This record gives sequence, structure tokens and C-alpha cells, in this order.
Amino acid sequence: MTRTQRGATAIALGATVAMLATACAGQGTADQDTADTEGTSTEDAGGDVTLEWWHNSNTGEGKEYYDQVAADFAEANPGVTVQVEAMQHEDMVTKLQAAMQAGTDVPDVFMSRGGGELQNDVDAGLLRDLTDDAADTIDTISAFTGQYTIDDQVYALPFSMGIVGFWYNKDLFAEAGIDDVSPDPTFEEFSGYVDQLQAAGIDPISVGAGDKWPAAHYWYYGVVRECEFETVETAIETGDYSDECFLKAGEDVQAILDKEPFNPGFLATAAQSGPTSASGLLASEKVGMELAGHWEPGVVGGLREDEQVPEWMGWFAFPTFDGQAGDPADQMGGGDAWAVSQDAPDAAVDFAAYLLSDEVQQGFAELDMGLPTNPAATGSLSNETLAQLIPVRDGGGETQLYLDTRLGQSVGGAMNDEIALLFAGESGPQDVVDAIEDAAASQG
Amino acid sequence: MADDAAVTTAPASPATSTGPAAGATRQGRPAAGRPGGGRRAADSKLRKRLEIAFFVAPALAMLALFVVWPVITAVQMSAFRWNGRGPLVDFVGLANYVSVLTDDVFVGSLVNNLVIVVLSIAIQLPLGLAIALLLNRKMWGQGALRTIIFVPYVLAEVVAGVVWFQLLQPYYGVLDTILQSVGLEPPAQGWLGDPDLALWTVMAILTWKYLGLAVILFLAGLQGVPEELYEAAQLDGASWWQVQRRITVPLLGPTIRTWGFLSMIGSLQLFDMVWILTKGGPANATSTMAIFLVNEGTRSNNFGIAGAASVVLFLIALVMAVLYQRLILRRDAKGVA
Repeated sequence: MTRTQRGATAIALGATVAMLATACAGQGTADQDTADTEGTSTEDAGGDVTLEWWHNSNTGEGKEYYDQVAADFAEANPGVTVQVEAMQHEDMVTKLQAAMQAGTDVPDVFMSRGGGELQNDVDAGLLRDLTDDAADTIDTISAFTGQYTIDDQVYALPFSMGIVGFWYNKDLFAEAGIDDVSPDPTFEEFSGYVDQLQAAGIDPISVGAGDKWPAAHYWYYGVVRECEFETVETAIETGDYSDECFLKAGEDVQAILDKEPFNPGFLATAAQSGPTSASGLLASEKVGMELAGHWEPGVVGGLREDEQVPEWMGWFAFPTFDGQAGDPADQMGGGDAWAVSQDAPDAAVDFAAYLLSDEVQQGFAELDMGLPTNPAATGSLSNETLAQLIPVRDGGGETQLYLDTRLGQSVGGAMNDEIALLFAGESGPQDVVDAIEDAAASQG
Repeated sequence: MADDAAVTTAPASPATSTGPAAGATRQGRPAAGRPGGGRRAADSKLRKRLEIAFFVAPALAMLALFVVWPVITAVQMSAFRWNGRGPLVDFVGLANYVSVLTDDVFVGSLVNNLVIVVLSIAIQLPLGLAIALLLNRKMWGQGALRTIIFVPYVLAEVVAGVVWFQLLQPYYGVLDTILQSVGLEPPAQGWLGDPDLALWTVMAILTWKYLGLAVILFLAGLQGVPEELYEAAQLDGASWWQVQRRITVPLLGPTIRTWGFLSMIGSLQLFDMVWILTKGGPANATSTMAIFLVNEGTRSNNFGIAGAASVVLFLIALVMAVLYQRLILRRDAKGVA
């Protein structure tokens, strides 16, 4: 559940996100529960096909847009009906997990977040290999398919890929006398921002360490900075994290913690729920910045009274460190992809490919539903705050998936727990590395 | 399934029953009570059993489906390494139990549970008793006070948890605001964010929540103390304190012991309040066994570990319940006999 709202909140900006991020979200699900027990695709004698599609854009314009997309596809493909199940994000994750465990009633087309979860699904033989069937589409979005590739076979088509960085309050930064904010600061520059904010009596950073993953993002980014991309890949493959760079990642986090830049009570602060969450503190202009992904403008907008993305929101990349082994252009982030179930008819693959077409992706971008992966659509984002991530994401570096997703829930959970302890001052950089190695070893 | 049971037990019943009279009293029907009506009594008994089976079957089926089956599945799961996908194939024997029992987080959670068991009783018993004795006196506003004490218990645990979570927000929360306005310094990490304070904070909220149950049970128990004893004590010139010490509290014993049992089991299974307030954090300071198994199971997909943890939790609760029955509640059973 670490990714509980990351995907969901990336979906829509403004008012729709307010619904997602608050308790109201449950309402949207009641009317969708009726149809999904009927099983997966059905193909009758006449060759007619019904595709079941699960997604999490269950409110506002996003939902309407996807309904339209499904209708368009059905119209262009006589005999094909698309049965859309728009669910609240957590509901979708829970239902998907149940479907995957049962191995039956898996929807034909659904969202996958990649990493260890995808690996598990592939190992269990639940996903269809799209490498050949959707070759053209994969070609178009090849910059992003890496995280969805297992043994050179592509199992899901990423439709949104975002990166994590610092979202900051330009007004508060100016108030603290920070006039020159670098888009890619060094650690020294970053420390300077923290010092100046503290001197001005502003809590520099909010972090939802109560939910663990927001704290863990600091460590992941430490890894992206200190380790070469290939070093991480090798470590994940072998379960051997003895490379010094993993230790240095923890030391970098420790260096940030030593500056005590975080909001009071950060150990119990939630990530995104309500005004006292980390995002809430940024939204209510109580802290200078927060490390978060591309969903943040939407979440912050949703937590403000006027439900608008505030004008003062700026973005800069996670700081770089002296002597780091990682490419400074590398970023940490993640996305969502369309996966097709093993038993789905061919039309399901066509539909997944259609979802990645120029046309659908452009509409997706115009509604700011995420950061599109199709290069033809990256210019279509309406929101400028969000649009500024595109050049950084596409700046030639690798994008490392959130490590907890990458490692799967078992190892990822153990890692996040230990990083939360590091934030609480009850663990050290070496302990984090040990915890990951132990958890990886017990995976066998 | 239940029908089978009825059919197999029915033929045996004439042999095992001690006679028509026994059957008659048990059935309480005049028709079956006639002496010498062996055949008819047996028929009637069979019918009776079928009737019972018929009415009990749905409940048994539900119990089997939603209690017995999950328990069996959990035991089965605990012997496998399983991430929730595909069949159970990776048999690991007792390895999951070893890793649960040697896991610092689980042991820490167990200790937290035991601390909560002991503190709940140590705090709520004297406090609940004192309030019950107070509210048992005729006084102005008695009804209102009883209601106020009982309201937290009636509130849904999740609702109460969310309310407290908001009240205790560091710096901006109501409690911290009040403290600051009178010049006191609230803890820097907040009441729920400081590993040294979190468990005590949770304990305080649990006391607030469950004190009402203790009070209401004790008040009910107090109604059962015969009025004559008080009169007799008064005639003998006993003071109020002596009356409470020598009469009220001893006669309240069975109620107190039953409440203690409920409190203990509740503390061992504690989940909702902690989940809302801290999710077991910070740094596992408030983790309980139930939190541990939810974290391992649904959040980390280590279903084998979670299965083993749930079996361990079950056994601990069972052992403590049996010991409590044997050592403490037995006195009450004896008293009755």
C-alpha cells in the first residue's frame, strides 16, 4: 500500500483531486461494484468481444474522458464492447490484488505499477507478453518501457511517467531572501536554502514520515545520486548491496536529517491526507518545500480553499552530492502502465495500444491527468507547473523506479520500515543496507 | 453438513440418554414425557434434533466459512513462503514461526501488547471503580454524568481515533495550541510522533475510550449488592470507607474479574485505534501484534509470516485466556457451586 495515493492523485488536478485525497473518495465506488463480478472477457459465437478495463480515474473530467475513449474504440472496432470499471485508487489496488491471487476474473486491461509487483504477476503467468503484439507502440514509448520489461519481454505499456523532486513555495523562499533558486542545486546550495528558511523562522521541509514512503524517497534519491544506474541494477539482481554507494546514500540522508529541516512532528505526519499532512503543510504555506512526485500540484491544489494549483509553486531537482557516482541527469520516479491479462483476447492488446496513441495521450495531457510518455503528447500539458518536469524527465538520464515498488512489497516494505527508523534516529545508514539484504535473502 | 451430523447422532441417542424422564425434562414437552413411550420418544428426539440442526445450520455454515476456514487457512499458510500469487508450493515448515519469534518488531509488539494489558487493568480498575462508586451515590446530575462517562465507549473506535489524531496534531493541534497559550512547551515531535511518548499517549486515549465500559459494568454489578448488607453495616456503625472495602468491592469481585478478562483480550487484539493514530509508529513504538500481522500480510505480501504471526497471536491469547479462567475466574465458578 505504499503507493496508495501516488498514482491516484496524479490523475487529475484541482477539484477532482480534492475528492480523491479526502474521505469523500469512497463514494465513487458504490455504483461500480455491480458489474465486475461477472468475470472477464466474453466472446460469443458471433465473434463479439467484451473487454473489461479497470482504471482509477473515477472522478470528474478524467472519468468522462476515459469513458469517451472507450466508446471511441468500440465504435472504431465493430463487435468490440469496452466495459469500463472506474475505481477509487485503493479499491482498485485491493481488487486487483484479490483478482491476481485468485488467478481468475483478472480484467483484460488494467493498471500496473511495474517493479516487483509486475514480476510477481509475470511469474504467476497472469500477464500477456506484449513485445510483438504491440511492437509499434513500444517503439514510440521505448524510453519508458525499461521498468516494465522482464527478460527482454515487455509486459505493460507505460502511459504516464513522473519524477520526484522538491516542490517549493516561491513566496516563502523570497521572504527568506533566497532569490536565486537553482533548478538542479548541489547539496551545498540546498543546505543554504534550508539555513536561510530556518533563519527566517520558516520550517524548511515537510515530510510525511508517518506513511514511511515519503521519507524513504530521500534514501532512494540518495541511491540514485551516489550509485551508478548499473550498480543498482546489479545489486537488485544479486541481492548484494555491499557497494559503498548504498551506505553513502544513507549518509546523505543523515546529513540532511542533521540539519533538522523537517516540520515538527514529521515522524507522525501523513503524506497527503488533510491539512496537517506534509502536502497540507505545503498547501497552507507553512513550510518552504516538500519532496514529492508529479502528483503534487494536484494534491496541493485539492488541499487549498480555492482548489486551484497555487501560483507560487516551483520545482527543483533533488540536490547532487560531491563525488557522486550517479549521473546527475538521472532521476527517481515512477509511473503507471497498461497491462493485459494472459487470457485476454487480441482486441485487448489493440485497446491498450490505442490508449497510448498520439490522440489519446494528447487528450490525457490536456487534462493534466499525468505526464504522458508518447513524445507526440508531451507538449500538450495545460498546467505549466507540471510541464516543467518534462524537460528534466526527458533530459537524457535514467529514471529509477521508486525502489520499494522496484523491489516488490516484501523487500520494499522492510526497506521503508528501516528508513523510517533512520528518520526517527533509531537506525543508521548501515542498518538500512542490512535490512534490505536480509529481506532480499529471505526471499530466496 | 449439519444434516449429516443430525442423522449420525440420532440413532445413538436412545442408548446414551438416561431414560424418558431425562428426555422429557430436556424437551419440556408433555407429549414426550409419557413413560414407556420409547419409540415415540426416540422419534420425537430425532425430530427435535433435526429441528435444532435446521435452525443452527445457517449459523454453523457462516461460522465455518468465516471463522473456521480462515483459521485453517492461516495455519496452512504459515507453513509456506507465499507472496499471494499462485498456489502454495514453497513449503518451509516452521521457518516462518522462527522468523516471527526472532523478529525484533514482533517481539517489541508483543511487549507493547503486554504493557497495554497490564496498564489497562492497572489504570482503569481503580479509576473505574472510584467513578462507579461515586456515580452510585444519589447526587445531582447523576444520569448526565453516567452518560458522559459512557459516550466515548459508544463512539466508533475509528471516529474517536480520527478525532484524537486531529486534537494531537503537533504545533497546530488543539492540545498543543492550548499548551502554548499558557506558556508550556509541547513535545517537539508531537505526542504521537515521539517514540518515547507515543505509547503513553495511545494508552491515555485507550483509557478515555474504555473507562466507560468498566464504569458501566461496575455500576451494573453494584446494583446486585443486596441493600440489606448496607443497612446491617450501617447499624453496626461502619464508615462509608469500611462499607466499600468490606462489602461493595468483595461482592463486585465477579464483575471485576469478568471485566478484567474482557479488557485483557481486547488489549491483546488491539488494532483499530493504533492504526488510526500511529499505524504502529513512530519507529514501531506503538506496534501491536495485530499491526505486525497486517503490515506483513496485506502491506508486504509476506502471507506466510503473517499466517505464522496470527497463529502465535491466537496461541498467546488462548493461553492467557485459559490461565485467566483457571486461576482467577475459577473462584467465581466455585462460589456458585
